[in-house]
Order: sequence, then structure tokens, then C-alpha cells
Amino acid sequence: MTMRNSAGEIAQRSRDIIRDRKHLEGPMLPILHALQAEFGYIPDIVKPVIADELNLSRAEVHGVVTFYPEFREHPGGRHVLKICRAEACQSVGCDNLADRVRQLLGIDFHQTTPDGAVMLEPVYCLGLCACGPAAMLDGEVYGRVDEHCLSEIVGRLGR
Amino acid sequence: MSLIHEIDYGTPASRSARQVTLTIDGRAITVPEGTSIMRASMEAGIQIPKLCATDMVDAFGSCRLCLVEVEGRNGTPSSCTTPVAPNMVVHTQTNRLKDIRRGVMELYISDHPLDCLTCAANGDCELQDMAGAVGLRDVRYGYEGDNHVRARNDGAINAKWMPKDESNPYFTYDPSKCIVCSRCVRACEEVQGTFALTIEGRGFASRVSPGAHEHFLDSECVSCGACVQACPTATLTEKSVIAIGQPEHSAVTTCAYCGVGCSFKAEMRGEELVRMVPWKEGQANRGHSCVKGRFAYGYASHKDRILNPMIREKISDPWREVTWEEAFSHIATEFRRIQYQYGRDAIGGITSSRCTNEETFLVQKLVRAGFGNNNVDTCARVCHSPTGYGLGQAFGTSAGTQNFDSIEQSDVVIVIGANPTDGHPVFGSRLKKRLRQGAKLIVIDPRRIDLVRTPHVEAAYHLPLKPGTNVAVMTALAHVIVTEGLAAEAFIRERCDWSEFEDWAAFVSEENHSPEATESFTGVPADLIRGAARLFATGGNGAIYYGLGVTEHSQGSTTVMAIANLAMATGNIGRPGVGVNPLRGQNNVQGSCDMGSFPHELPGYRHISDDATRDTFEKLWGVTLNNEPGLRIPNMLDAAVEGTFKGIYIQGEDILQSDPDTRHVSAGLEAMECVVVHDLFLNETANYAHVFLPGSTFLEKDRTFTNAERRINRVRRVMTPKNGLADWQVTQKLAQAMGLNWNYAHPSEIMDEIAATTPSFALVSYDYLDKMGSVQWPCNEAHPKGSPIMHVDGFVRGKGKFIRTEYVATDERTGPRFPLLLTTGRILSQYNVGAQTRRTKNVIWHAEDRLEIHPHDAEQRGIKDSDWIKLASRSGDTTLRAQITDRVSPGVVYTTFHHPDTQANVITTDFSDWATNCPEYKVTAVQVSPSNGPTQWQEDYNDLSNRSRRIAGKIQAAE
Repeated sequence: MTMRNSAGEIAQRSRDIIRDRKHLEGPMLPILHALQAEFGYIPDIVKPVIADELNLSRAEVHGVVTFYPEFREHPGGRHVLKICRAEACQSVGCDNLADRVRQLLGIDFHQTTPDGAVMLEPVYCLGLCACGPAAMLDGEVYGRVDEHCLSEIVGRLGR
Repeated sequence: MSLIHEIDYGTPASRSARQVTLTIDGRAITVPEGTSIMRASMEAGIQIPKLCATDMVDAFGSCRLCLVEVEGRNGTPSSCTTPVAPNMVVHTQTNRLKDIRRGVMELYISDHPLDCLTCAANGDCELQDMAGAVGLRDVRYGYEGDNHVRARNDGAINAKWMPKDESNPYFTYDPSKCIVCSRCVRACEEVQGTFALTIEGRGFASRVSPGAHEHFLDSECVSCGACVQACPTATLTEKSVIAIGQPEHSAVTTCAYCGVGCSFKAEMRGEELVRMVPWKEGQANRGHSCVKGRFAYGYASHKDRILNPMIREKISDPWREVTWEEAFSHIATEFRRIQYQYGRDAIGGITSSRCTNEETFLVQKLVRAGFGNNNVDTCARVCHSPTGYGLGQAFGTSAGTQNFDSIEQSDVVIVIGANPTDGHPVFGSRLKKRLRQGAKLIVIDPRRIDLVRTPHVEAAYHLPLKPGTNVAVMTALAHVIVTEGLAAEAFIRERCDWSEFEDWAAFVSEENHSPEATESFTGVPADLIRGAARLFATGGNGAIYYGLGVTEHSQGSTTVMAIANLAMATGNIGRPGVGVNPLRGQNNVQGSCDMGSFPHELPGYRHISDDATRDTFEKLWGVTLNNEPGLRIPNMLDAAVEGTFKGIYIQGEDILQSDPDTRHVSAGLEAMECVVVHDLFLNETANYAHVFLPGSTFLEKDRTFTNAERRINRVRRVMTPKNGLADWQVTQKLAQAMGLNWNYAHPSEIMDEIAATTPSFALVSYDYLDKMGSVQWPCNEAHPKGSPIMHVDGFVRGKGKFIRTEYVATDERTGPRFPLLLTTGRILSQYNVGAQTRRTKNVIWHAEDRLEIHPHDAEQRGIKDSDWIKLASRSGDTTLRAQITDRVSPGVVYTTFHHPDTQANVITTDFSDWATNCPEYKVTAVQVSPSNGPTQWQEDYNDLSNRSRRIAGKIQAAE
């Protein structure tokens, strides 16, 4: 992920990303994933670009982007740590784990550390119910996470 | 009179021919297959509680209030999404259902303000009704928790609360009252087809969002009002309802804007109009509306409206208010003096497409019977006169062949020289709906209109032709169809004159009419023409819709004939889903033409030289009619300049602004001795008038309009004319002052006279229209219920006539001095010369006319977006601001003509259609250059305009 400041550059880059994928069946979600991977979030200015390329209205694109918590409307951290807070993980103590990770990082859920290193997000089920509590760091899943494991993960994030 | 309540069946009607019988709450009911349980139940008279369902949009099943129990089935399905099945037994009210519904309502109300007494929707709120219907008595959850209702919770800012959005001039959006039923979102998508609304977020955070969390005014919203109509609460509410309160009575009437002729309920409180709500039974609009008809009625009570008659000796004098009697006797004296001095033919009259059938009929009767000549013409001269001529020649009637419902069965649609989403928005929405269902679209237009590509709609072909080459393109399409053997031979042999077809086929097959040969001057790539022709000929039901981009050319009539040829050659006439359909600019263009407004035609398109027809009228009116056609508008102006035409009665038309070559029009008017303008406002033509007669609005009189599909619709009076007299009374009193013995007591008597004299209206009367809702002419013994589709069993003229359409380039050519082609059009929020819409809040969308110019042409001239530019032609020049866009091709510029400051018609030339004199508005060679202010002409005109609007003597009240 590189920083781009110019709105024109973002629009042009997103147009390329969209054109590579607009032939897919149901192209909107693959496009949004690719844009988030590129920019770290879905910038407001790409919504009209998606709308134009897919011949949709801005409203429709906005509706999809805001429906999925996965898609961020603001830049996140360089790393994204997700802690599962769904029922199965709750039953094996994920709430304590959540408190601990907030302590360790000094931030609450949906926040990013001041140095921009980590963004903490809750997630409701990673499909790892059999080996909870579960977590996910930058797309990689971890099972049976305990405090020790968590400290190690956080420690690795270059803080 | 009481408020008209329309039944909401909850889901749209099913069109299935198969019937299903089921039992609901012990009552047997038979409905078409595919009907929802909810609708079937309502048809049986049982109203199932509902919030998210309404019959304008498809079922959604989100509110969980309309649950029912079905014997033999598990659970409690939602009645809106469950179709009926044979022998189904449904219960709509059981203890289980009652508990569920009450529980659901508790949840809704726990996040809803409890300010019913002071709420604008009080008395018209479905949430309130449903709380009553399910017996809600308390809310166990309380109101203190998480909510969208209060700006602050215990002093802390409530991030979920959103302030009211009042950006739209006509309605407000209050998110705190929203129950997220999605009716507005679905109405915007399914009914209007704009997709401007969405639900943002999810779960409890869900809110309606215009655009991407924008204000309504900044979003894609076109302010059609469908969302406001769909909203079950006060979330989306007309500002007029907030200001006034709920209406208490209503009348069904017809919109006074475009030729779609939408039916509305005028909802009133006393004599105050509270709101206009589209009427679902209206057969032209089927419950939909646009920003003009729905909201832009403020002009009716605008301060500029003139309410007293006025006179002045010279046009340089200020106006003096007079009594009606004085005005009538002044006109009568002047007109008789002029006739005595300059001859019987020195006066005439102009009828308006904005006036009704009855008013138009009276004006032409006044001219023929009172003035004793045939110098009557109408503004259709400058718009659809080529339609009258062209379709009359080809088919035998001067009218569109279909009803608007026909579009629902079209498979391929050609839109040529029309911009339905701006000019005829309700038809545009119906067309888009059909296109989203899979019909194909071919757009023939120099400009990339919205329909070419707009959310969920994309034209299969856009042929961006050079302005003025319509005939060449249409003939090239025919060339492909004939030479590739795609013509519908069986249809042609049966319905048309075969030898004429053979002659025409040989003509269009000539190599010089091929797409390849015409490409060089039409600018349309040959393969696009070939593709479009094949699609139209083979794609199923083919319909052609066209507008003024066809008629307002030197070959306007020829293009109309070419369209008729194409429809006949492909067998697309005489059944639903096909046809040739002129989109009329103004609501009563069809009607004013039907009523004998042309100098050569008596009502019903019968030539003035026809002895039998003249005899009918002569016997009834007790006069002898002149058998020679009179003067057309341009001829009247020419004659005025020459000094042989001296007096004119102009009803409801602003020829100075709307007719071409403004300088010539003003010269003509200036040369006259008695110009009588009958209008709501001191319009531009009134700057040259000697007598001004105040007009009444469509809300102030009973009468009829005939829309583009030949539908005769009632207009009903809901308030007293502010000026004291309805327009038909003004014409009648003028006729009486001129010595005619007219004694109509009610406009229905005028319609009776029309019916008695005009065969195609034989069965039309106010009683019959009240009974039928509306009818489409011909409505007579042969077609007692009217004629939704024409030429079903054969053409009115007998055999359909193929006519050779040789392309002749217009004399208006580009050259070194004037290298660009100007074409003109209309925008959604404004209407025609803007006399009405400029006096409403619609100006927020379009405050001035702009010149659309391609970036390439702009760059060459050093013009940036929003720069002032000078637009010059051989006729004159004006200034306006530029809008740089690639909607127009290089070499083409485009503007609207809604604002008198711009006076786009100063630019247009006096070239006109060879057959009907319809002016060539759509092609003018121009030059564009940077400018820093108004032209001399604009300054002089503004000066004149200000001077001529002075009113010196005021009287207290009109008689």
C-alpha cells in the first residue's frame, strides 16, 4: 500500500482496478475488495467512479459500501487486527481477551494506534468456532488465542 | 366534496389470465394467479396491517406486520410476498398474529418520536394507523435506550441522530421519523428509475441516504415526489403540508405542463391548494409525476400575476387598469375600426397549446364567425405542425397511434429528437422501466441525452447525427431494412398500397441512400446504422417516439413521413407495443390542433374548403364561413410588417419568446395597431400589446385537455378565478362585445357543441368523461370506449401510404463566419418559455440558460466553464454562460430557451418546414466567442421590457 494524495491519481488508479474486474459476474464486491487492498479504505471519491463504470447510481454504491463493515470509509492502520466476538468465542473467554488487547494497544475497537501501525476491529465469527477464541491479523487467522499469543502478535507489529 | 382516498392494495396487480380461488377469513375470493395474499385480501375488503408494502412498488417483506397464517403451512408468512394458491385457506387475524404484530409495533415505536399531535403527518400517517390497528397500548422497552430520535441522550451528543434535510425546496427529510421501510428507495428505483436513494449502514444503524450520504438537493434526486408519496410517516413530507396542514377535500384534475397529461388529485383546504398528488387511476401517468406537475404550481399565486384588464394607447405608455367592460368594448371597437380601415383580413387570433379544448374552440370560432376570416393559428405551428401533416399523409390521422401503456409491451424503442427524461419525465420513467426489463433502445440525437446511458439503462445504439440530417439517417435505416430483406412483406401487402411500397423500396434501395454513402454528411458511422436497422426490424415489437428534434427542421414533415415509412415497412402499426408516437411539448398540443386552430382546418382536421364541413358549422353558427385558408403565424407577422395586418388576439402564448427570429416577431408586433394579449403574466409579447386581459390558471376552471396519446382528460375547478373570469368567459364576453350571440353557461356546453360538429368526438361529453375517467379519440359510435390504439384493422385513410423521402440539406449552412451548429432543447425543471416554472422554486435547479459546448471547441476559443460567451448567428446575437461538456459532439452547441434574458430565439433563423412553416429551431449556424457582458440587443430589450411593464393607474377590484 502506497500513499497517494492526488484525487486525480486515486480516480485514475481506481478506474484501472474497476476495468480489470467489471466483466466479472457481480463485480461490485471484488472491485471493493481490490480498492481497499490498494488504498487501505474506500475513498469517497471512488464511489462515483464505480457508479460510472458499472452504470449504477452513487447511492447504490454507497449503500453497498456502508452495508459491509469490512469496507472502511477512512484510512485504517498499516495492520488490521480483528478479534472474534461472536457467541462461540464469547463462551471461551474472548471478552477478557478483547479487554486485554485494548489495554495492550491503548485503543478501543474501530480505532487506530496514533502511529498508524494497528487498527483494531471486532468481527462476528471467523468460522473457527471449534478453536476459539479466534483472531485475524492482516487476513491470517489464529485459533485458541490466549494472552501470551496475543502479546506476541502485538509485539510483532513493529511497535 | 371530500378527500379522495385511493385504496392501497399493497402489491401491484397481477396480469395473469389464469384465475385462482382461495378463502381468506372465511370469504371465498377469486384473483389472477400471481396476486399476493395481501392484495387478494384487500380486494375482498379485508385490510391486513402493513407498513413496507404499497401497490406502486413490488413486495419487499421487511416490516413483518402483514404476517398471516395459512392452513397446512408452517409459520407465519408475510402476506405481501406470498402468492395465492388454489384452495388456500388464510387467516389474517389470530391470537398468534396479534401478539407478533403488537411486538413488532412496540419495537418500531420504541425508536420513534411521540409528537403525533404536532407532527405534519397527523391525520395521514400509516404508522399511527397501524399502531391503532394492532392495538398498541404500551411499549415495554421504554424510550430511553439507543435511538435516532433525540439529538442528545442525557446531555451527550447522540451520534445516531441526524438533523432534518430541508435542502429540497418542496419537501423535507426528517431521519428521526424514519422507520426504514425502504418504500422511498424502492419508489425511486422502480417507479422513477433514478436510483437516487439507498439504505446506508445496516441493522439498527440503517438510514435512508440520498446519493452517497448527501443532501437531497446535491444528490441524484430529480424531485419527482415518488418517495414523498410512498413515505408512510412524516419522514418525507411536502413543505406545503407542513406549512398549511392536511387537506380536507380534493378533485381529480390534469397537469398543465407537458403533453403526457398526468392526472393529479388537487388536495385542498378551503380554496388553498395544499398539494398535488398523482392519481393512480390516471391512465397516462399511472400514479407517477415529475417535479413540474407535482410541485411547480406556485406560479398560480405568484405576485407577478396580473388580475385586472389593462389598456394603453401606445406601447411606450404605461399600462392603465380598466374594467372588463371597458377592455371588451375597447377591443371590439378597435378590431372593427381596423377591419373597416384595412379590410376584413387585417385581424386574426392565436390559440395556445396551454389552453384547453373549449377555450381553443372558442377562439377559432371567434375568428371564423366573428372576425369573418380564417386567420387563426396555434403555437403547434412552431412545434408539431409537421406531425399533423406527415402522419395525416401517411396514415390518415394527425395523431400518435398508441397509448402510453403501450410502452410496457415494446421490445425495441427508437427515440429520435426527443429527450423524454427531461421533456416528458413521466413517460421517460415508464420507458426506463421497460428498458430495465430488457427492451432495447436506439437513440437518434446529436446530443448524448440521459437515456443513452443512465443507471441501469444503456442504449443499444446511439446515432449522434449532425443536426439537420434526420431524413438522411431515417432513409439509410430504411435502405438497410429493404436491401437486407428485413421488410415485413405480409403486413405491407395486407395493409399498405403495394405499388407505392415498391416505388419507395426502389427509391430507398438506391446506393446513395446507403449508410456508407450518407456517413460523410450525417456523421453517423455506417455500421451503427446497419446495426440499429437490423435490431429494429428483427427485435420484436418496435415503437418510435419522437419530439421536436424531428419536426423543427426545414424537412420536419419529411422526417415524420420517413418515420411512418419505417414503422409500416417493419409492420409496427396497429397493435400494443408498436406505433409512431409524437411526444407533444405542451399539454394540449394535440387538443388545440384537434379544435380547428389551423387556418386551413376546421375542428377534426377537415379542410376549410370542404363544403359539407363548412355547412355543418355555418348552420349551427348562423354565419357564412370563408372557404379560403387564412394566414399562418409567420404570414401574419410578414403581413404586419408589410402593413396589411393590424390587430391580433393572442391567448396564452408568448410568441415573442417562443417563435423564431425574435427581431422579426417584434417588428411585426410593433407594426400592429391593436395587440391583445390574454395571459397570466405580462409576458414578453405583452411588451408590444395594447390590451392585456388577465388569464386564469388550470386550477380555476372546468375544461378538458387532450394529451399526446389523444386522451381527453378533465380539468376541474378547485378555486375561484383570481382574475374574476375563466378564460372561456373572457373569449365569450369579447365575442358578445363584437356582436356575436354567444350564451354558454358552462364549458360543458362548449364540449357538447364540439361533439355535435366533430365526428371523432361524437360521444364525448363531461358526463361521459366523468363516467369513464378519460377517453382517447376517436370516441364515437364505432369506438364507444375510445381508441387506445389506432389503425388496428386498417389505416384510417384506407391503405398506408409510403412516401419518398429525399434528403435536401437545409439552407442554413455552417461556414467560416458561423462554423458551429446550434440546436435547442428543454431541461427537466423548466418548461417552455419558463413563464410558469421561472415563477416557482424550480429555479433552484436551473437559474439561467447555459450553452453546452464541446471541450475541443471551447479550448479553440479560449472558453472556460461558466465563462460568459457571445452567441451569434446571421439573425442576431446574445450572451449567456458556457457549460463545457462532451454530451455534444465537436461542432455542435446546445442551449435551452427558458429564460427571456437569454432570448435564444434572437439567434434562430426564419428558415422553416417546407410543408407547414414549422420553424427550423434545431439548426442554426453560429459562432461562439468570449464576452464580458450582455449584447446591445439584450440591453435595449431589457430597457424596453422594464418600460413596458409600468402600470400607472390601479383600480380597486376587477368587476
